Order: sequence, then structure tokens, then C-alpha cells
Amino acid sequence: MGRYVARRLLQMIPVFIGTTLLIFLMVYSLPGDPIAALFGDKAADPATVARLRHEYGLDQPLLVQYWNYLTGLLQGDFGQSFTGRPVADLMADAFPVTIRLALFAFGIEVVLGIALGMLTGLKRGKFIDQLVLVLTLVVISIPVFVLGFLAQFFLGFKWGVITPTVQDSMNLGQLAVPAVVLGALSLAYVTRLTRTTVAENLRADYMRTALAKGLPTRRRIGVHLMRNSLIPVITFLGTDLGMLMGGAIVTEGIFNVQGVGNTLYRAIQTSEGPTVVGIVTVLVLVYLVASLVVDLLYAVLDPRIRYA
Amino acid sequence: MRGVKSATWVAGAIVVAMTATACGGGGGSDSKAAVDPSGTYTYYNTEPQHPLVPTNTNEVGGHYLLANLFRGLVDYDGNGKLRLQNAESIESKDNQHFTVKLKDGWKFHNGEPVTAASYVDAWNWGANAKNAQLNSSWFEAIKGYEDVHPEKGDPKTDKMSGLKVVNDHEFTIELSRPVSTFKQRLFYDAFYPLPKAFFKDPKKFGENPIGNGPYQQDGNWEHKVRFKVKKYAGYKGVDKPKNGGIDFKFYNTDDSAYNDLVSGKLDIMYKVPNSATSKFQTDLGDRAVNEPYGGITTIAFPMYDKEWGKPEKAKVRQGLSMAIDRDTIVKTVLKDAYDAADGWVPTVVEGYKKDACGEYCKFDPKKAKKLIKEGGGVPGNKMTITFNNDGGHRDWAEAVCNDIQQNTGVKCAAEPKPTFQQVRNEITSKKMSSGFRMAWVQDFPNIANFFGEQYRTGAGANDMGFSDKKMDELMDKADKAKTVGESNELYAQAQKRLTEQMPSIPLFFDHTLGGYSDKVQNVKFDTFRQAIWTDVEVKK
Repeated sequence: MGRYVARRLLQMIPVFIGTTLLIFLMVYSLPGDPIAALFGDKAADPATVARLRHEYGLDQPLLVQYWNYLTGLLQGDFGQSFTGRPVADLMADAFPVTIRLALFAFGIEVVLGIALGMLTGLKRGKFIDQLVLVLTLVVISIPVFVLGFLAQFFLGFKWGVITPTVQDSMNLGQLAVPAVVLGALSLAYVTRLTRTTVAENLRADYMRTALAKGLPTRRRIGVHLMRNSLIPVITFLGTDLGMLMGGAIVTEGIFNVQGVGNTLYRAIQTSEGPTVVGIVTVLVLVYLVASLVVDLLYAVLDPRIRYA
Repeated sequence: MRGVKSATWVAGAIVVAMTATACGGGGGSDSKAAVDPSGTYTYYNTEPQHPLVPTNTNEVGGHYLLANLFRGLVDYDGNGKLRLQNAESIESKDNQHFTVKLKDGWKFHNGEPVTAASYVDAWNWGANAKNAQLNSSWFEAIKGYEDVHPEKGDPKTDKMSGLKVVNDHEFTIELSRPVSTFKQRLFYDAFYPLPKAFFKDPKKFGENPIGNGPYQQDGNWEHKVRFKVKKYAGYKGVDKPKNGGIDFKFYNTDDSAYNDLVSGKLDIMYKVPNSATSKFQTDLGDRAVNEPYGGITTIAFPMYDKEWGKPEKAKVRQGLSMAIDRDTIVKTVLKDAYDAADGWVPTVVEGYKKDACGEYCKFDPKKAKKLIKEGGGVPGNKMTITFNNDGGHRDWAEAVCNDIQQNTGVKCAAEPKPTFQQVRNEITSKKMSSGFRMAWVQDFPNIANFFGEQYRTGAGANDMGFSDKKMDELMDKADKAKTVGESNELYAQAQKRLTEQMPSIPLFFDHTLGGYSDKVQNVKFDTFRQAIWTDVEVKK
């Protein structure tokens, strides 16, 4: 087990270097000169441009820039954004907000999704199953921005239940609606995934054996069925956490949440290399760690899976 | 300067109030509610892209904050007239040598008196190439600029020879050439004074600016969330705030801000999103504002192109211009969010002349066809209008193309490019081969700014590569003129030259589309499309 974890951690290094290099190259190949763009429509002053290029190290060959960036990164220096603020500061502003939002959404989809999935899986073919099936279908087929606008329009405008946008990005109560919108799609997936595996596993041999042994229902469902049914669900949840962190651009935009998605979006628009690479690097790390945790969870859920 | 989507660049600032036009937004409702002089209100803004240093701020997010934290030598009053603020007098006999006297008793927010050195040191610092300030070119006319800001290499000195401190209340400016509108430019952010604290630690200053304006910073800058300012009791300017302070709220999208405005969570917004232009007047009633400001939209042509550069193509462009039914487009497609242009200078800008463009901006399909024929036709009998798709220009571009195609038989297609940056890149590297959107928003409300930056040979925003010797001469003469009136007259002649060559087709004058909540009153917008912040009254 320990050796497995160590190996996985070591594998992260090439993945990490590869992704950062790729992103670095991509950002710098975006059309448009970010420094000239700082001047808007005014003619860029050549002397000032030269100074700024030098200041941000843009006058060096791309690979040298990357090397400088990487060595800085290893010392915990994420570089400086074109706005003059350290990228680390930008991230310190944005990540706490997004982590709250993402965990909130994640919590909703885990608790509600698995509960609904179990319920419908056990009551297969009954009315409640049909109802949830239709509802999840609706949610899956509606794009997230439509859902967001609808929630904002009805809850914020028509009924005045919430303020149309989030006034304080750190306030959990205000993040509730954005979190529901953000988590809705995954919630539907989790429900359907759980339902299918539960329904399938109900017919498995070991379930019949457990019943024949005379195990109480709680143990049969709670331990035997749940554990085995959750493996695919957890795979999905693991990757989904990363997606929730970085993919909240639309939701953050609608509700004016000052999180990672927006910071990233703006940085891409202004070709701000250090910020884009910094944020994506952290997101890559989140993905890597999440998938490692998922793999380790497999072993906990299914003792047949062993890591040596 | 052109309107941008995510980052709007500004040079412009404060208060050139609307000549109270018929469309007038203004907050003057009849029943004035009781006013709370220390009440604060929220204002739509975007997160500044740079630390708040005047010489390095050239986009609106930061500019709107600085415009409230600082007051320069001059600014524009409610009637669009230049007025003295910190300056007691600015005198010049030849528009090349200026003597500036300062008013007594002005202090920075930290109590430090504002002296002649506060200005001279700030300008020298801003012009210095070592400090790489984005606004450094604003000092370009001052004598000795090339010593502190050489094209290449390190500056020889850190002081411009054209600036001399006489005493605490007086300094002199010498320009390297006469500039008749120099005084008009002094309102701009780059010319603000700076306290000693700035030079000690510019970085810290950028987070906690200390100005001399009507408002001072209130609490820390909450990045991406808000920046609050409160009334500065020691403010000596003529425009003392009628409210207690402003809470600038930063939004990611115009749409979310607009929703806040309608539901009363945001008090003033100067830019209604495209999605709401057709409904905001219903949503807000008499709190909606729709009035012209100092911006223009044109279709420009690449004069560096082999075909379009031919002299006879002027006739073709005139013809194309006459094929566009501006009035109908404004009414139907643009929902009165623009005015049909009748020249190259917006109505609210000094130097505007009615029908400056003459018959060439009037709809006349018959004459249009004739002119195009005389000019040898449009190259290949087809054209495109290139625009950035992230700025909401599609509607008018398609409508204009439709008109051209229907009325002249020239094939015309609106050609969107994904982002503003991409379009700019293609334009500045002179890769255009047909029409493209060109827009300008005033740096200062005078015709000189509209022509000098766009139509002078080699000028910074001359995207067309347009060059006309006679026009350059007229503009040079205008800049040397003794009075602004004389200069305006010469610029009017330059506009005539423009009509004859038509390197760009004027389309629309832009409007401020804004609104405010029922918590505030006396909300007036200026030609820079900003509310007059100090005049806003908060109801009790």
C-alpha cells in the first residue's frame, strides 16, 4: 500500500511537468500581444513595452521562461500577474471562495444523489423511480446557464427569496443557490449511476446469499449492497470534484461569485500566462490527488482490490 | 479610444455633463425626497487591472476610482466647460510656455499640503522610462521628455527640463512645441499630483492610494469585490460631495450587475448589457438613462490596401455611406441606443458641427449607386465588415451590410472575429483587406482628440493607414492656434477634407445606457458616460 502510494506520487511529477509545459506553451501561442494589449487602443510606447517585457521576462526564449517559471514554482513563487499583483495573492482570493462553492455543491450531490439513487434503485419500477427518472432527465437536458438564469430570475427577481447575485462570496447561505445550480447536473448523474448499480447488484449472488444467511435488511443494504455499488459512483465523484473547482465559470458569472473560474476566464482573455498556468497547475494537482484518493478508496470498498 | 468588452480603456474622466438634451436621463424628478448628506450608494465597476497609480491607470475600472480620489489642476464642469480645480490659474501666451499657480490650502488625505513639487515630481516619475508607466506618453509634449524617456536604453536624467518649480504654489511648463489643447488635457489621470508617501513605496500606494480629491479610501481594497470611498472633509474643490461616500462594486458580467440594479441591490450603473437594451426602459421607468456621450462608431477602410488606396475609391466609400439608412437602423435594430452620425465628431463634443458630413451621410440609394460606379466599383464587387464578436456589434454590422447589399448590389458580409484582442492584432499589423469596425471614445471632449489620434499620418489609432498632407497641415496649424475657438475652426476645415476622402464611414454616435435605483436622485451622466459622482443625492 505504502509503496503504491509512493509510486503514484512519483508518477505525478511527469504529469505535472507535462501539463504545465503544455499550458504554458498554449497560453503563449494565443493570438495577440498581452503587453501591447495593456495599452488598449493607444499606440503602445516602445520603450515602455520593452521595459515591461523585460520585467515579466517575456524577452527571453520560451523554454527559458518556462524554466524560470518552474524553478520559481518549486520555491513557492507563482510569479506576478500583469496586474502587478502576485499570482499567489490572486489565488488566495479566489480559491477559498471556489472551494466553499465546490464543496457545497459536492456535498449536495453526494448526499442527495446517493440517497435518491439508493431509493430509486431499491424501488425500481415504482412511481418514485419514474418520477426521479424524469426529473433527472430534465436536469441533464437543461444547460447549466439556463438553470442558473432561471433560478436567478424566479428566486431572485420574481419571488425575491434571494438576492439576484451573491453579495458576499464567503457567505455560505448566499452560496446555496449557486451551489445547487452548480451541483444539479452531477447530482442527476450520481442519482442515475447509483440507481443502475444498485439495481444490478440487488440481483447479485452475494445479495441472495446474505438474504439466505438471514442477515438483517439494514446490514444487507447498508454494507453489502452499498459498498459494492459505490465503486463506479466514487470514480465519477473523484473527477467531478476537480471539474466543480475549475468549471464553475458559468455559474460564477451569473451569480457574480469571485472565484477561480472567473479569475481564470479573465486571465485567458488577457493572455496572462502566469495566472493561467498557476491556477491550472493547482487544478491539475487537485485532479491528481482526487484520483489517487479514489483509487485508494476502491481498496477500502472492495477488499478484492489490493495494491502492492 | 475604442470601446472594449472586458476591459474598457479610458483616458477620459470626470464631468462633462450632458447638455440637457431631450432624451435627458437626469435624476431631476419633481418630488425631491429628503436627502441624507452622509448616505452612501453603490456604483457599478470592474476590478481595476493595475494598482491604483495615476500614471499607470488607463482602463476604466481603475480610472473611476482615481477620478474620485484625486483632483488635478483642472476638470470639466456640469456644462462641459473646463474649470480650474487645484489650479488658481494656468496662463500661456503662446500655448508653449505655461505658468501654473496653485490654490492655497489644498491637502492630501494624509494632511500633506499639495505643492508645485507634488505635481512636478509626479510627472517626472510618470514620464521616466525606468518606471514603465502605461500613461507615460501623455507627457510626450513636455520639453525634455526624450531625456527621461528615450526610445531605447536608460534615461539620461530623471527630470524633464520643461518643468520648473518656482515656489510651493507655482511652477512652469515648457513644451517642445505649441499644443493648443494642452490645458484641456491636464484633467487626465496622468497629471494628478502625488504625495511624498508615494515615492517611498509605490507598491503600497497602489493598494492604498492617497489623493487630494473629494473622496478618500474607506477601508481596504477588497479585491474583485469592492472598493469603498468616503467623503474627504478637507476637500477644497468646487464640487464638494453631496453624499457620504461611494461603494464601488466589482462585477464579472454586466448581466449580473443589471439584475442587481433592477432589484435594488446596486444603485447606479452606466452600462446596460446588450441583452437588456430593449427592455431596460420598461424595467426602470424614469430611472432609465439613454443619452449621447462622446463616442463614435465608424466603418474604416484599409488605405494601405492596393485597391482601397486608389484615390478614386473615395467616391466608392461616399457611395457606400449613402447606401446606409442610418435612421431606420437606429430605430429598428438598435432601439435608439445610438444616434445616426452626421459627421466624425459626436454631438456632445466641442467642435461638433451639424451635418459636417453633408449629403454623404444622408440616405440616397440612387446617388449611392452612381458614386460607386464613378469610383470604379467596390473591389471584386464584395466587401466585409470585420468586428469583434465579444462586444455586441453583430446586430448593426449585419444591418449595415444588408443595406449596402440591397441598395447597391455590392455583396456585403459581416465578419465576426472571436475576440477584441484578435481583431486589434490583425488591424495593427495591417492585415485588413476590406471594411472594419473602428470606434473612438473621447479622451477629452474636443474635436482635436477625435482627429489627432485617428486621422493624422502615423497617429497611434490611425488604423486605416490614412495620410493626407493637407489635413496634417491643418491639424498642425490648429494645435498652434492661440485660442481653442480658432483651433476648432481649423479642425472643422480638416473635417471637410475628411468628407472628400472618406477613409472611414461615420455610422453612429454612441449612447450612455444606464440607470439608477430609487434610493438615489439627482443622477446626471456626463459625456464620459459617468454619473457625476459628487452630485448624487442619497434619499433618507
